[in-house]
Amino acid sequence: MSGQNTETLAVTGNEAAAEAMRQIDPDVVCAYPITPQTEVVQLYAQMVADGKVSSEFVTVESEHSAMSAVIGAAAGGARTMTATSSQGFALMWELLFVASSYRLPIVMTTVNRALSGPINIHCDHSDSMGGRDSGWIQLYGENHQQAYDNCIQAVRIAEHLEVRLPVMHMYDGYVISGAIGPLVMLSDDQVQDFIGPFTAVNPLLDPKRPVTVGPFDGLHGWYFEHKVAQNRAMDRALKVIQDVADEYGELSGRHYGLFEPYRLDDAEIAIVVVGSTAGTTRLVVDKLRAKGVKAGMIRMRVFRPFPHAAYASALEHVKVVGVLDRADSFGAQGGPLFLEIRAALYDNDPRPQVLPFIYGLGGRDIFPDNIEQAFAVLEKAAQEKGRTSTGRRYLNLRED
Amino acid sequence: MSAAKKSDWDVSDIDTWGPERHQLGATIPVAGNSEEVETGGWRSQVPVISPEKCTGCLLCYFYCPDASIIIEDGKAAGIDFEHCKGCGICARECPAKAIAMKAEEKE
Repeated sequence: MSGQNTETLAVTGNEAAAEAMRQIDPDVVCAYPITPQTEVVQLYAQMVADGKVSSEFVTVESEHSAMSAVIGAAAGGARTMTATSSQGFALMWELLFVASSYRLPIVMTTVNRALSGPINIHCDHSDSMGGRDSGWIQLYGENHQQAYDNCIQAVRIAEHLEVRLPVMHMYDGYVISGAIGPLVMLSDDQVQDFIGPFTAVNPLLDPKRPVTVGPFDGLHGWYFEHKVAQNRAMDRALKVIQDVADEYGELSGRHYGLFEPYRLDDAEIAIVVVGSTAGTTRLVVDKLRAKGVKAGMIRMRVFRPFPHAAYASALEHVKVVGVLDRADSFGAQGGPLFLEIRAALYDNDPRPQVLPFIYGLGGRDIFPDNIEQAFAVLEKAAQEKGRTSTGRRYLNLRED
Repeated sequence: MSAAKKSDWDVSDIDTWGPERHQLGATIPVAGNSEEVETGGWRSQVPVISPEKCTGCLLCYFYCPDASIIIEDGKAAGIDFEHCKGCGICARECPAKAIAMKAEEKE
């Protein structure tokens, strides 16, 4: 292999994702071309118009139709992609389940933004977290580079024959999507070699081998068995995601795991966090370490399938874990990531304390001071005898 | 590859299949199998043919959505009751009024 490209570009997160799409050059892209769509498909539409890609670009009348159209194209045998955000994601809702249950390897960029109401266009994770049980694989990126890297890896994961599930990859709205950051790209040829050609399973557009996609399962059918098959594919996806990441690491020099630990080996207190806030948290960990506090961090990358055993192992020596959720699960014990981490650690002996923090809803800023406050709660809990209340703690909430 | 035959996908013991034996995404990988779905049980009305009125125009045969009109010697000779849903399209379309819909007598 010739030397790795080290030229660093300054791009928005959306430009990073659109460049990955250009290099993937899927057969079909279907998208709703107005807000709450993102700049990703706007940029892609320009690439189509400029003849930089060969994709069939289908503009539709809603995000519901966008997902319907990519499902049709994928069932027909095409490599398909789309992108969405916020309310658009919510409108796709029922089709998300259709895409995953038909086992169609669609790749979707999702720019994480809040759901109404009150009407809000800013970053939080409510949209994709609400889709966590839709049967899609979910990869969360931290920055511009990961918006690009995850998008390319998503193709290989989705299309792997042991998996064949749709993959959505996320990055933070505005903080990443609209702000400029560094990106190092692979060459077009490297991306094409990495993803390889697409082979559909049972495509509709094969007149020599007619099939029926999406049939009624009968009044006493096999729905249950198909759902178990979906979940087994999710289980198998854990290894595939890591294998694809390892291969991508060799190619790019950028290595990814199912999650990313930071200064965790001897940590007594640790925060688990998603998305761009991981950068802020790393800064705070370094500051606390300089003061002698044994603080550590995990950045969550893969949320579905959730690598619970790996978390149980990685956090087994930690006394108190704080989980930072940028979405809430109203009426539950805490946010979505908190619930997963707490469940994952239940069988650990000794069982660490796991405390829920909610932050950043509707784009509320999160400052290093807020993360320090969270670590202070963990530090206090680690010193106290007995267990600390697991009521929600809010970071940078205006309170009376 | 030629068109798959029904016999290429043997589902006779599908009630015993676990999750791994089913087709990915519940796709049916062969064509021409709708006759295996018996829709006769949907019927509340039943078509009755008067053979002496039938002119052999075959409109009933072409209109029937379930291909349930049995033709013999160029005329409507009977109904495939395993698939006839009793929709009444044949009776409606018959120019000779040779088909009438009667209430289904269920046992």
